[in-house]
Amino acid sequence: MYNDVAIRLRGVSKRYHLGSPVGEGIKHLILHLPSQIKALRQRRPFHALTDVSFDVRRGECVSLIGRNGAGKSTTLSLIAGVLRPSDGKVETYGRICPLLELGAGFNHQLTGRENILLNGVLLGLTRREVRQRTAQIIEFSELHDFIDAPLRTYSSGMVVRLGFSVAVHLDPDILLIDEVLAVGDARFRTKCFERMEHFRRRGTTMIFVSHDTGSVSRISDRVALFDAGRLIDIGEPGRIIDAYQQRSLAA
Amino acid sequence: MAILSTFAATQTRSRALVYYRDLVLVLLAKEFKVRYKNTFMGYAWSVLHPLVLALIFSLFFSVFVRLQVPDYTLYLMAGLFPWQWVSNTCFGANGYFLSNASLIKKVRFQRWMLVLSGVLNEAIHFVCSLPVVIGFMLYYSKSPEWNWLWAVPLLLGIQIVMMTGVGLFIGTCNLFFRDLERLVSLLVQLLFYLTPIVYTADMIPPGYTWLLYANPFAALIVCWQDLFYAGTLTPAFVATAAAWSAAWALMGGCVYACKVWRFAEIV
Repeated sequence: MYNDVAIRLRGVSKRYHLGSPVGEGIKHLILHLPSQIKALRQRRPFHALTDVSFDVRRGECVSLIGRNGAGKSTTLSLIAGVLRPSDGKVETYGRICPLLELGAGFNHQLTGRENILLNGVLLGLTRREVRQRTAQIIEFSELHDFIDAPLRTYSSGMVVRLGFSVAVHLDPDILLIDEVLAVGDARFRTKCFERMEHFRRRGTTMIFVSHDTGSVSRISDRVALFDAGRLIDIGEPGRIIDAYQQRSLAA
Repeated sequence: MAILSTFAATQTRSRALVYYRDLVLVLLAKEFKVRYKNTFMGYAWSVLHPLVLALIFSLFFSVFVRLQVPDYTLYLMAGLFPWQWVSNTCFGANGYFLSNASLIKKVRFQRWMLVLSGVLNEAIHFVCSLPVVIGFMLYYSKSPEWNWLWAVPLLLGIQIVMMTGVGLFIGTCNLFFRDLERLVSLLVQLLFYLTPIVYTADMIPPGYTWLLYANPFAALIVCWQDLFYAGTLTPAFVATAAAWSAAWALMGGCVYACKVWRFAEIV
């Protein structure tokens, strides 16, 4: 039974304390001690996610849709293991590669090649495994002439291309994609989608967050609709996207 | 995605070890390249700072104030080089997590590796400055003793553990109190003058010697001075330095472990 599941969320909630009173620094805390303590007592948690449960089967592609602040990105961060749930349990099976922000962890002083190694290791490969893939990564990014130039000389499009190339060559079991495809040009987006199709055929589990219902219905097996931190519905893409559009019109 | 539990499930233990080694190495390489990429002076800069300080202090204290310390310049170097490591770590620690915000928000990996690689980077700089110390020793017709073979690695180990603890502590606290930086720079200044660097430990009047043990960095600096200046080690100071090292590691480790899960929320 377990072999079948790649991601499992059970009663997951995430609360934040907004406006941490100490965020202003020690000086502010000491100078305004009475009011600060009061604020600390009175602060109310913000419920980013409330009691969310769903399973993602191995090889399945599930898209998360919903308005801004509905809890999609929080869900993704929880699956990525960057955040820890306040309640409930998140279980993942396999190596996860987050495409939460392309090129997170890139250093702009280093060359493209050096950044491939740095990013690859940060995302979970050993140096040897990264080196075995470097040629393919450069090939896919089409940055041959610039690969030994510092990243600060790159255009933003080039950085995105490099980030995507690194991420898709790590052979993840689970791929998390957070609206990154919005940034590239049409040709780059096409290439990204081809790559995602390729991952799908290979049986990589994917979680995809997007506002673009067209690409959502094109790529996903199931769609999860979020609103105000709750999972409203999960199921067949056509039905959920309809429900989403109805809600958007109603609001 | 260096999730420990993920590795436990799908990877062997030996691969995890290789992976952690590689993670430290690439972070270390990054620090090094970034530090030297735009400076052709490179190594010279890290030696120049304590060297200039040593010259100023020796002019001031041995020529103007006429402090009676034999080979005073060598004595200064023996304290200033390890102190430079301490102060660089204290200042650098403010940014170990803060300057890697995008990484912490988006990617799961062992965050304390950022601190460890920063500390190891300073350790390498310190080791690279040893030839300068040896140069001054030879100038004053002294030479390294055989005991360096075990004493240098011992003190290095104590200082690496201590600095990692300090780095974790300051790095974590600075995420929650963003003006900690100013307080740290004040404390580092204060501790510099409370540590026998420009003066010697036996100049301290009997009533104040407890400061040597209460100051978290003094015993360690005295150990390095003993080694470079006199070629010996005082067991009491080595023990004190080791105790402070363990205390920092424990304190830094606890603060880090308690708060590491909130890093991505507040950074």
